[in-house]
Amino acid sequence: MARSHKPVIWGLFAAGGTVAAFLAPVLILISCLAVPLGLLPPEILSYERLLELLQNPISRLVVFAVLVLIIWHAAHRLRITAHDVGMSSDSLVMIACYGTAAAGTLLAMLALFSPV
Amino acid sequence: MTRRPYKAEFPALSWWLRQPRYIRYMLREMSALFLGIYVLVLIAGLYCLSLGKPVYEQFLTVAEGPVGLTFAVITMFFAVYHTYTWFKVTPKAMPLTLRGQRLPGAVIIAAHWLIFALLSAAVWLLVSS
Repeated sequence: MARSHKPVIWGLFAAGGTVAAFLAPVLILISCLAVPLGLLPPEILSYERLLELLQNPISRLVVFAVLVLIIWHAAHRLRITAHDVGMSSDSLVMIACYGTAAAGTLLAMLALFSPV
Repeated sequence: MTRRPYKAEFPALSWWLRQPRYIRYMLREMSALFLGIYVLVLIAGLYCLSLGKPVYEQFLTVAEGPVGLTFAVITMFFAVYHTYTWFKVTPKAMPLTLRGQRLPGAVIIAAHWLIFALLSAAVWLLVSS
Protein backbone atom coordinates (compact mmCIF):
# COMPACT_ATOMS: atom_id res chain seq x y z
CA MET A 1 0.00 0.00 0.00
CA ALA A 2 1.26 3.42 -0.88
CA ARG A 3 2.16 5.56 2.04
CA SER A 4 0.12 8.67 2.53
CA HIS A 5 1.41 12.06 3.60
CA LYS A 6 -1.85 12.58 5.46
CA PRO A 7 -0.67 11.69 8.99
CA VAL A 8 2.24 14.15 8.75
CA ILE A 9 0.08 17.01 7.53
CA TRP A 10 -2.62 16.19 10.05
CA GLY A 11 -0.09 16.03 12.84
CA LEU A 12 1.21 19.48 11.89
CA PHE A 13 -2.38 20.76 11.67
CA ALA A 14 -3.31 19.50 15.13
CA ALA A 15 -0.05 20.57 16.77
CA GLY A 16 -0.17 23.98 15.12
CA GLY A 17 -3.81 24.46 16.04
CA THR A 18 -3.06 23.66 19.65
CA VAL A 19 -0.05 25.98 19.76
CA ALA A 20 -2.11 28.75 18.13
CA ALA A 21 -4.98 28.21 20.57
CA PHE A 22 -2.71 28.58 23.60
CA LEU A 23 -0.25 31.21 22.39
CA ALA A 24 -1.56 33.29 19.48
CA PRO A 25 -3.66 35.71 21.58
CA VAL A 26 -0.80 36.59 23.95
CA LEU A 27 1.64 36.85 21.02
CA ILE A 28 -0.64 39.29 19.20
CA LEU A 29 -1.20 41.22 22.41
CA ILE A 30 2.53 41.64 23.04
CA SER A 31 3.69 42.14 19.46
CA CYS A 32 0.94 44.46 18.18
CA LEU A 33 -1.43 45.80 20.81
CA ALA A 34 0.32 46.21 24.16
CA VAL A 35 2.46 49.19 23.07
CA PRO A 36 -0.38 51.21 21.45
CA LEU A 37 -2.57 50.43 24.49
CA GLY A 38 0.15 51.70 26.80
CA LEU A 39 0.47 48.37 28.62
CA LEU A 40 4.14 47.97 27.72
CA PRO A 41 6.85 50.55 26.93
CA PRO A 42 7.82 50.88 23.22
CA GLU A 43 11.36 49.66 24.04
CA ILE A 44 9.91 46.18 24.46
CA LEU A 45 10.00 45.82 20.64
CA SER A 46 13.30 47.62 20.12
CA TYR A 47 16.08 46.14 17.99
CA GLU A 48 18.45 45.69 20.92
CA ARG A 49 15.82 44.15 23.16
CA LEU A 50 14.71 41.58 20.57
CA LEU A 51 18.31 40.63 19.77
CA GLU A 52 18.84 40.10 23.48
CA LEU A 53 15.71 37.94 23.74
CA LEU A 54 16.79 35.85 20.76
CA GLN A 55 20.41 35.49 21.77
CA ASN A 56 19.73 32.18 23.45
CA PRO A 57 19.60 29.35 20.84
CA ILE A 58 16.83 27.65 22.83
CA SER A 59 14.55 30.68 22.66
CA ARG A 60 15.25 30.93 18.91
CA LEU A 61 14.29 27.29 18.54
CA VAL A 62 11.06 27.81 20.51
CA VAL A 63 10.12 30.88 18.44
CA PHE A 64 10.86 28.95 15.25
CA ALA A 65 8.76 25.96 16.31
CA VAL A 66 5.79 28.09 17.38
CA LEU A 67 5.71 30.17 14.18
CA VAL A 68 6.25 27.26 11.81
CA LEU A 69 3.62 25.07 13.48
CA ILE A 70 1.01 27.85 13.29
CA ILE A 71 1.83 28.46 9.63
CA TRP A 72 1.35 24.80 8.68
CA HIS A 73 -1.87 24.69 10.66
CA ALA A 74 -3.18 27.71 8.74
CA ALA A 75 -2.05 26.30 5.39
CA HIS A 76 -3.81 23.00 5.93
CA ARG A 77 -7.04 24.56 7.19
CA LEU A 78 -7.15 26.98 4.25
CA ARG A 79 -6.52 24.14 1.80
CA ILE A 80 -9.51 22.22 3.13
CA THR A 81 -11.75 25.30 3.26
CA ALA A 82 -10.85 26.39 -0.27
CA HIS A 83 -13.00 23.52 -1.50
CA ASP A 84 -16.01 24.99 0.33
CA VAL A 85 -15.71 28.36 -1.38
CA GLY A 86 -15.66 26.87 -4.85
CA MET A 87 -11.97 26.30 -5.51
CA SER A 88 -12.27 22.81 -6.86
CA SER A 89 -8.70 22.18 -7.97
CA ASP A 90 -7.15 20.69 -4.88
CA SER A 91 -3.74 20.29 -6.47
CA LEU A 92 -3.51 24.02 -7.26
CA VAL A 93 -4.80 24.97 -3.82
CA MET A 94 -2.38 22.53 -2.24
CA ILE A 95 0.59 24.05 -4.07
CA ALA A 96 -0.48 27.58 -3.07
CA CYS A 97 -1.10 26.74 0.60
CA TYR A 98 1.77 24.37 1.33
CA GLY A 99 4.07 26.38 -0.95
CA THR A 100 3.44 29.51 1.11
CA ALA A 101 3.94 27.57 4.33
CA ALA A 102 7.21 26.11 3.02
CA ALA A 103 8.42 29.56 1.97
CA GLY A 104 7.55 30.93 5.41
CA THR A 105 9.41 28.05 7.05
CA LEU A 106 12.47 28.74 4.92
CA LEU A 107 12.41 32.47 5.68
CA ALA A 108 12.06 31.75 9.40
CA MET A 109 15.09 29.46 9.19
CA LEU A 110 17.10 32.16 7.42
CA ALA A 111 15.98 34.80 9.90
CA LEU A 112 16.69 32.79 13.03
CA PHE A 113 19.52 30.43 12.21
CA SER A 114 21.68 32.00 9.52
CA PRO A 115 25.08 32.98 10.91
CA VAL A 116 25.44 36.75 10.92
CA MET B 1 -30.66 8.62 -22.83
CA THR B 2 -28.86 11.70 -21.71
CA ARG B 3 -27.11 11.61 -18.42
CA ARG B 4 -27.90 14.59 -16.29
CA PRO B 5 -25.75 14.45 -13.22
CA TYR B 6 -27.01 16.33 -10.22
CA LYS B 7 -25.27 19.60 -9.72
CA ALA B 8 -25.70 21.23 -6.37
CA GLU B 9 -26.50 24.83 -6.95
CA PHE B 10 -25.15 27.15 -4.38
CA PRO B 11 -23.20 30.35 -4.68
CA ALA B 12 -19.59 29.44 -3.89
CA LEU B 13 -18.85 32.62 -2.00
CA SER B 14 -22.04 33.33 -0.08
CA TRP B 15 -23.74 30.01 0.78
CA TRP B 16 -22.41 30.22 4.33
CA LEU B 17 -24.40 33.39 5.02
CA ARG B 18 -27.62 31.39 5.09
CA GLN B 19 -27.42 30.02 8.60
CA PRO B 20 -25.73 31.20 11.80
CA ARG B 21 -23.90 27.91 12.20
CA TYR B 22 -22.51 28.15 8.66
CA ILE B 23 -21.31 31.66 9.51
CA ARG B 24 -19.66 30.35 12.66
CA TYR B 25 -18.01 27.60 10.61
CA MET B 26 -16.67 30.14 8.13
CA LEU B 27 -15.43 32.44 10.90
CA ARG B 28 -13.59 29.50 12.42
CA GLU B 29 -12.00 28.52 9.12
CA MET B 30 -11.08 32.12 8.29
CA SER B 31 -9.16 32.38 11.56
CA ALA B 32 -6.49 30.44 9.66
CA LEU B 33 -6.21 33.17 7.04
CA PHE B 34 -5.57 35.87 9.62
CA LEU B 35 -3.30 33.75 11.82
CA GLY B 36 -1.35 32.69 8.73
CA ILE B 37 -0.83 36.26 7.50
CA TYR B 38 0.06 37.41 11.01
CA VAL B 39 2.72 34.74 11.39
CA LEU B 40 4.12 35.47 7.93
CA VAL B 41 4.43 39.15 8.87
CA LEU B 42 6.10 38.17 12.14
CA ILE B 43 8.59 36.02 10.23
CA ALA B 44 9.21 38.93 7.84
CA GLY B 45 9.89 41.09 10.91
CA LEU B 46 12.40 38.57 12.25
CA TYR B 47 14.04 38.49 8.85
CA CYS B 48 14.31 42.30 8.89
CA LEU B 49 15.77 42.00 12.39
CA SER B 50 18.49 39.73 11.01
CA LEU B 51 19.29 42.35 8.34
CA GLY B 52 20.16 45.02 10.88
CA LYS B 53 18.75 47.88 12.86
CA PRO B 54 17.76 50.31 10.03
CA VAL B 55 15.81 47.63 8.15
CA TYR B 56 14.09 46.44 11.32
CA GLU B 57 13.07 49.97 12.32
CA GLN B 58 11.61 50.53 8.87
CA PHE B 59 9.60 47.34 9.33
CA LEU B 60 8.37 48.55 12.74
CA THR B 61 7.20 51.88 11.32
CA VAL B 62 5.09 50.11 8.71
CA ALA B 63 3.80 47.43 11.10
CA GLU B 64 2.82 49.98 13.73
CA GLY B 65 0.93 52.15 11.24
CA PRO B 66 -2.88 52.32 11.01
CA VAL B 67 -3.09 49.37 8.57
CA GLY B 68 -0.96 47.18 10.81
CA LEU B 69 -2.94 48.14 13.90
CA THR B 70 -6.32 47.49 12.24
CA PHE B 71 -5.08 44.12 11.03
CA ALA B 72 -3.84 43.30 14.53
CA VAL B 73 -7.21 44.06 16.12
CA ILE B 74 -9.05 41.85 13.60
CA THR B 75 -6.47 39.10 14.01
CA MET B 76 -6.85 39.26 17.78
CA PHE B 77 -10.58 38.59 17.41
CA PHE B 78 -9.95 35.61 15.11
CA ALA B 79 -7.18 34.27 17.35
CA VAL B 80 -9.43 34.25 20.41
CA TYR B 81 -12.23 32.70 18.33
CA HIS B 82 -9.83 29.99 17.19
CA THR B 83 -8.90 29.31 20.83
CA TYR B 84 -12.59 29.15 21.79
CA THR B 85 -13.48 26.69 19.01
CA TRP B 86 -10.33 24.62 19.51
CA PHE B 87 -10.95 24.16 23.24
CA LYS B 88 -14.64 23.53 22.66
CA VAL B 89 -13.97 20.29 20.77
CA THR B 90 -11.30 18.98 23.14
CA PRO B 91 -13.76 16.75 25.07
CA LYS B 92 -14.54 15.03 21.76
CA ALA B 93 -10.98 14.98 20.45
CA MET B 94 -9.54 13.86 23.77
CA PRO B 95 -12.12 12.24 26.06
CA LEU B 96 -10.70 11.47 29.49
CA THR B 97 -11.75 8.99 32.10
CA LEU B 98 -10.90 9.21 35.76
CA ARG B 99 -11.37 6.10 37.93
CA GLY B 100 -13.72 4.64 35.36
CA GLN B 101 -15.80 7.81 35.23
CA ARG B 102 -16.01 9.85 32.08
CA LEU B 103 -14.70 13.32 32.87
CA PRO B 104 -17.37 15.96 32.06
CA GLY B 105 -16.61 17.99 28.93
CA ALA B 106 -16.89 21.26 30.80
CA VAL B 107 -14.05 20.20 33.11
CA ILE B 108 -11.74 19.43 30.18
CA ILE B 109 -12.58 22.74 28.51
CA ALA B 110 -12.10 24.70 31.74
CA ALA B 111 -8.73 23.02 32.30
CA HIS B 112 -7.63 24.19 28.84
CA TRP B 113 -8.64 27.77 29.61
CA LEU B 114 -6.77 27.60 32.91
CA ILE B 115 -3.60 26.45 31.14
CA PHE B 116 -4.20 29.16 28.53
CA ALA B 117 -4.29 31.83 31.26
CA LEU B 118 -1.18 30.48 32.98
CA LEU B 119 0.79 30.21 29.72
CA SER B 120 -0.26 33.69 28.61
CA ALA B 121 0.80 35.15 31.94
CA ALA B 122 4.11 33.28 31.77
CA VAL B 123 4.88 34.56 28.27
CA TRP B 124 3.87 38.09 29.26
CA LEU B 125 6.16 38.06 32.32
CA LEU B 126 9.01 36.49 30.35
CA VAL B 127 8.89 39.14 27.63
CA SER B 128 8.15 42.18 29.79
CA SER B 129 10.60 41.51 32.61
